[in-house]
Amino acid sequence: MFTNRLPIAKMAGAVVALAAIIAAVMLSINWNGAEDSTAAPKIDNLMNIMIVLSSIVFAIVVVALAYALIAFRAKPGDESDGEPIHGNTRLEIAWTVIPTIIVLFAGGWSWKVLDEIEEQNPKHLTVDVFSQQYAWSFGYPGKGYAWSQGVLHVPVNRQIVFKMHSQDVIHSFWVPQWRIKKDNVPGITTTAIVTPTKTGTFQLICTELCGFGHASMRAKVIVQSQSAFDKWVEGLKEKVPTDMMVSVKEDTETNPEPLERVEAE
Amino acid sequence: MVATFTRPGWYRAALCTVLAAAFGVGIVVVLRAISGLPAFQSEQTGYPQVVVPLITAPLGFLLGIGCFDYWLRWGFGLPTIPDDHSSHGAYSWKDYFKVNTDHKVIGVQYVVTSFIFFLIGGLMAMLIRAELAQPGTQIVGAATFNSLFSTHAVLMIFVFIIPMFAGMANYVLPLMIGAPDMAFPRLNALSYWMLPLAGILFLASFLAPGGAFDAGWTGYAPLSTGAPLGQSFFNIGVQFAGFSSIFTALNFLVTIITMRAPGMTFWRMPLLVWANLSTSLLVVAATPFISGAQFMVLLDRVLHTNFFQFGAGGDVISYQHIFWFYSHPAVYIMILPGFGIISEVISVHSRKPIFGYRLMALALIGIVVLSYSVWAHHMFVAGMFSWLRVPMMLTTLLIAVPTGIKIFSWLGTLYFGKIHTKSTAMLFALAMIVTFTVGGISGVMLGMVPFDIHVSDTYFIVAHIHFVLFGGSVFTIFAGLYHWFPKMTGRMYDEKLGRVHFWGTLIGTWGTFIPMHWVGMDGMPRRVADYASQFGNWNLLISCFAFMLGAVQLIFVYNMIMSWRFGPKAPANPWGGKSIEWLVSSPPPVFNFDEIPRVVGGPYEYGIPGARHAIMPGEGAEVPATRQTMVGS
Repeated sequence: MFTNRLPIAKMAGAVVALAAIIAAVMLSINWNGAEDSTAAPKIDNLMNIMIVLSSIVFAIVVVALAYALIAFRAKPGDESDGEPIHGNTRLEIAWTVIPTIIVLFAGGWSWKVLDEIEEQNPKHLTVDVFSQQYAWSFGYPGKGYAWSQGVLHVPVNRQIVFKMHSQDVIHSFWVPQWRIKKDNVPGITTTAIVTPTKTGTFQLICTELCGFGHASMRAKVIVQSQSAFDKWVEGLKEKVPTDMMVSVKEDTETNPEPLERVEAE
Repeated sequence: MVATFTRPGWYRAALCTVLAAAFGVGIVVVLRAISGLPAFQSEQTGYPQVVVPLITAPLGFLLGIGCFDYWLRWGFGLPTIPDDHSSHGAYSWKDYFKVNTDHKVIGVQYVVTSFIFFLIGGLMAMLIRAELAQPGTQIVGAATFNSLFSTHAVLMIFVFIIPMFAGMANYVLPLMIGAPDMAFPRLNALSYWMLPLAGILFLASFLAPGGAFDAGWTGYAPLSTGAPLGQSFFNIGVQFAGFSSIFTALNFLVTIITMRAPGMTFWRMPLLVWANLSTSLLVVAATPFISGAQFMVLLDRVLHTNFFQFGAGGDVISYQHIFWFYSHPAVYIMILPGFGIISEVISVHSRKPIFGYRLMALALIGIVVLSYSVWAHHMFVAGMFSWLRVPMMLTTLLIAVPTGIKIFSWLGTLYFGKIHTKSTAMLFALAMIVTFTVGGISGVMLGMVPFDIHVSDTYFIVAHIHFVLFGGSVFTIFAGLYHWFPKMTGRMYDEKLGRVHFWGTLIGTWGTFIPMHWVGMDGMPRRVADYASQFGNWNLLISCFAFMLGAVQLIFVYNMIMSWRFGPKAPANPWGGKSIEWLVSSPPPVFNFDEIPRVVGGPYEYGIPGARHAIMPGEGAEVPATRQTMVGS
């Protein structure tokens, strides 16, 4: 075995040290901003697991490359060849099987998180999201289809099921602090599920290129207590315009089975 | 005078272009007149009087420049001009502006043309970064900004990276397998000449009313079906770029399968050949999907069909499925040839056989197979049927395995070798291993659905694609250009300038694209001309590094031009390579080989005294009986 000609222990130590430093630095930074929904900590945890695994992989590559460059540089004037090593079956199996296990682990964990964040609560509130170039508006079906433009109010600590409809091109609904994003697609109804956990004012950002006004297609999101929310909806004067309601009825539901609309609260 | 316009060449090309354009306009006018419509139509998406000539005029150009002469003469029973390869070779710079069937001339044509598009696309990137250096809009308006990043991406993908690899392989691959030329030299010439036409169509869209196409390189319907005329330029340009790559891929497949020198079994092919075999398999099967998608968009736009018109029976999301069914394999089309280049460069410059050669080849094939099963990972938030997300996630994560095999095997190749870093090619190859690892890691993270939901369509995506396409593909392109520059030009380049270019590019790449991850995760969407002021400082930093990255490319251009003209003469084998292209002179003789070489061993027989990959005719060297095959140990 040629591997016993390498300082494996020292290299492993360097990998551990480098991976630990990278992971420690990366984990100490709050990359994604505030965690203001039930999904946010789960997604951030998933990311942190990946940060640790990635730090190890990255450290292995860097240490392996660095050691090779230190130990196996040709001396000036040395025109001879390296050793005729064509491979090592055990090593090759190892670096096929171990990454497979790692990515399948990551995949399994992701699957679990995905199921958790999309699990529907029977006491959810349905809110319709209408998007068009370059404005957002919102309908509250449980509240007699009250309509608000440019500002979305939702109650805190209650699951919201957003039913999204676009009137023209594809838009995308993103509130970074909630970690939730979903395209609004003309012709179909798409769904996103969020349970906000903090009150406050957030920004809804369009993340799918929709024309020259794309960068400024924003809306205000206000998360408040259930009572304040109810009061606010009571005060809404307008109903969702008929043409928008018609377009909703004509839309195809992509995932009808788990998300039957709740008409009344 | 008449002869000027009947000989294939630029005069006849100009004449035929004009005539074909006029024919296109004429057909539209006549058909519309028959249908009782006004002769011209200038709705936003329509303009058939422009769209049809956009298809006919490039065909006229190809006819005029002489791409079809032989086939037409043959088809019409006219005496064909004997194609005895007497038009082979380029004897002055003017020969590069003619239809030439020599794979080496075509290779240089490809490389230079696509590099020019790289510079133009790079200038657009500079404008984009200038606009993004500060929040608010300063330099270009939002609509122009959308055109700029769309055109930037399209130029880089369709007329730089893909054809650049095709060009390098065009030059090197037939030499590597001991073939006198590609299997279909005339088809090869046609493939090349469609490339500048595609690029010119993309750029010409800036002249269209409403500006250049601005729906992103992805051109999602219905934004693209309702976009101004410029979008049609994109739809048609992609057809020419697509046909160009399909023809080239067919050519590579037939060349690799049928024209290998005697003795070159599949398991004796250099990995660059394996890489281009894999890439070609992807191109021929996947590219028709983007052609189809863009044709359907064009028909929706001009003839008001409703493939993607919602509310009229069309389906918006099906565009994305068809588009990504090409465009995900396309990212492997844009990196597999680079993997081949890195394998060659690392093996030669560390004087070591490739570690795990067979697994390296199988990993390429594994990527080809898997890459057809991952397309919908671009659509995790697109609103498609939700059950598809988990299987697509798992295949996406699994594709990291063969990619990891490549990375680890390159590292393994370095061990117990004699690593020479005097060549800039090797520096780029080594840097690519690390940079591409970062892009691979962010790719795995993006493959995980919950995380992707958060960062999809943010700057994290921009960071990821640039790490894999710039830190990956472009680094491999530079490695390949430096590696084979002596072979292609017969001159040596300046290593000092090469090192400056390398370090500038490396620092520029990391400085530009690493912070993009951060702003993306923190809430900055992609494809915006304006952004929240909290991201201002990071974007200023990104722009500064981007300008540096752009500026150092000028050093490369200077180095290449000056070295090509005045560099010291290159020996046949400056790096001590074993594969066949290094056994012929630099540049190679017009017909490559007087007699086909004989392959007697694996491509990376380093460290075995007297071991050979190939024997040139007349050498008569004895083959050592000890190692006839690659694998073992």
